[in-house]
Amino acid sequence: MTGLSAPRLRQPAHRVSGKAIIWWTVQALGSWLTLLGPATIAVLFVEGEPGWITTGLRALAVLAVAHILVMPSWRYRVHRWEATQDAVYTQSGWLNQEWRVAPMSRIQTVDTERGPLQQLLGLSTVTVTTASAAGPLHVAGLDAGVANRLVEQLTATTQATPGDAT
Amino acid sequence: MTQPAGWARLDPRMLAVAPGQELVRFLPLLVIALLAGRGGDQPFWALGVLVLAAGTGVLRWLTTRYRVDAERVEVHSGLVFRQHRSVPRDRVRTVDVTANPLQRLFGLAVLRVGTGRQQETKEELALNAVSAPEAERLRALLLDRSQRVPTTGPAPAPPAGQVPPVTAGQVPPVTAGQIPPAPADQTPPAPAGQTAVRELARFSWTWLRFAPLTVFGVVAVGALAGTTWQLLEQFGVSPFDTDIARTLLEWLTGSPVWIAALTIVAGVLVIGTLGAIVLYTQTWWRYRLTRHPDNTIQVNRGLLTRRSISLEERKLRGVSVSEPLLLRAGGGASCTAVATGSGGSGQAQLLPPAPRAEAHRVAAQVLREANPPTLWPLRRHPRAALRRRLIRTVLPALALVAGLAVADVWLPSWPWQLAAVLLLPASVLVALDRYRNLGHADTARQLITREGSLVRQTVALQHQGIIGWKIEQSIFQRRAGIATVTATTAAGSGAYRILDVELPEGLLVADSATPGLLTPFLVRPADSDRMAHLST
Repeated sequence: MTGLSAPRLRQPAHRVSGKAIIWWTVQALGSWLTLLGPATIAVLFVEGEPGWITTGLRALAVLAVAHILVMPSWRYRVHRWEATQDAVYTQSGWLNQEWRVAPMSRIQTVDTERGPLQQLLGLSTVTVTTASAAGPLHVAGLDAGVANRLVEQLTATTQATPGDAT
Repeated sequence: MTQPAGWARLDPRMLAVAPGQELVRFLPLLVIALLAGRGGDQPFWALGVLVLAAGTGVLRWLTTRYRVDAERVEVHSGLVFRQHRSVPRDRVRTVDVTANPLQRLFGLAVLRVGTGRQQETKEELALNAVSAPEAERLRALLLDRSQRVPTTGPAPAPPAGQVPPVTAGQVPPVTAGQIPPAPADQTPPAPAGQTAVRELARFSWTWLRFAPLTVFGVVAVGALAGTTWQLLEQFGVSPFDTDIARTLLEWLTGSPVWIAALTIVAGVLVIGTLGAIVLYTQTWWRYRLTRHPDNTIQVNRGLLTRRSISLEERKLRGVSVSEPLLLRAGGGASCTAVATGSGGSGQAQLLPPAPRAEAHRVAAQVLREANPPTLWPLRRHPRAALRRRLIRTVLPALALVAGLAVADVWLPSWPWQLAAVLLLPASVLVALDRYRNLGHADTARQLITREGSLVRQTVALQHQGIIGWKIEQSIFQRRAGIATVTATTAAGSGAYRILDVELPEGLLVADSATPGLLTPFLVRPADSDRMAHLST
């Protein structure tokens, strides 16, 4: 270890699809609406509610707008992926960030998942699982074509590797 | 009834044991019913239980069949709910042979086969019960990849000393035909012609001093008392109504508060200690940890119920030395295997609470290391880690105290004052201890991480067992330049982390633990233009 300077992680080579920003925005919008919508309607149509409820709702609404505006583009700048001959490498998160590396030889399954919204936007999420209980690697918001090629590449490489991946 | 070829039944002696087992389970009920019952129908009721128990036993014997062929272990069972369990033989991770007193009397044992994946820990395959020698034979057969197992079946054993690929017809199907008389002792003799079984550790009387330092004693006694109480109440016997209880209560209420409190505390301590010692003895009596020529590690233990757990060394990914606070204060520790397919609770405990040095010695022995990797000098973590420990431990305590203080309006004020006096200093101490215990290192063959205060765990994870990395940084960690670096593995809890380490240091450790895996994704500012690190 001596003689080498302090290492840091480099960014994975590829960004996810730009349309992922729309996807994350709609998702965030949806969750905030389900969370705050009913309460807002109640406040608008019911009279005589205590003042602190309105104040609280306003504060939450400001937070929601900030989240919806900031989070998706922040995520887009962070989310990256790369698949080499030997390993899959992902970077994800926004406030809290996470990097994951899984060697090809330890990959057990490769799945793609497309929710209704993702289908509409032509996006896919690729999930790579290993034998560990620590959870799979996700590459969210990939262009569907890119995702298919990634799955093909991963499947081909893992099939060529013997062993039970534990 | 005719048997399909290759399929074996359970041992018929289980017919004698099964109703007995059921009866043991119902024994308290029977006794209480006979003692406390009022009508004259108890004998019929008891007879009913007996018939039912015998019936289920016969049914299980009639419907259960098992077979081990070249590729799979299969068990058929059930009449109404038919079950067919099939496990590929190369998925067999652990074999657990258990015999309770009744089964031991009849020379029987229950064999459980632990299989691979983490998610499938419930998918256990059990034979209840086969003869003790048959259980031994199955254990050897299932764990020995080289097929050098002496078989009692009709087909001749394959030549010894080779590791042939498993092919159909080479392994005789299991038959329960020829059963030699069961030995009284469940410990198998070493097969002749092979190198001897090596003992790695054995039970010592002096270890009993650690029994009271485990909380299990108190919990066990509490659970037992609770069940007994419920049973008694169900049968209309109020424990408060007995003479002993009444005298005791009268004496307690008659004495000053502090004497009563002291008596209760002393009583709980004495009973808890006794309970812990009894439990420890029952579980770990004649404990022996051995390594066998077929590269399995075996734990034999138990006073009344003998248990023997075999673990394939090939599935071992590391060891963990754990020290709960009380045990640590008493200089004790226990040792657990980190193995694939041992997700079940207590399945892979290699050593009971014992002297700390013994735990580290066993860790080294099991990993075939000369020096205990768990005693490797560990690198301390940066001050930022201390700040995070303090925030994460003291803040919740502070919140609780504040909450209680606010609730002062409805509650008396002593709860929050008590919490402030006891909880806050305790949380600071725990946070300091958690920081002090943080550490990591990388030996030639293992990654070592240590953390925890209430339960301090030192894990030595074999490099080859690491199947990936996860590096996490919260926004606060990022600002402090630290990260949580987690090695993922197929064994044990699936992930072992180095908490709050400086990011470069964490990456260096990860890179040296799995040479080449992380390297292409690292840049070292000074030499990134020369790409020198790629060639090393």
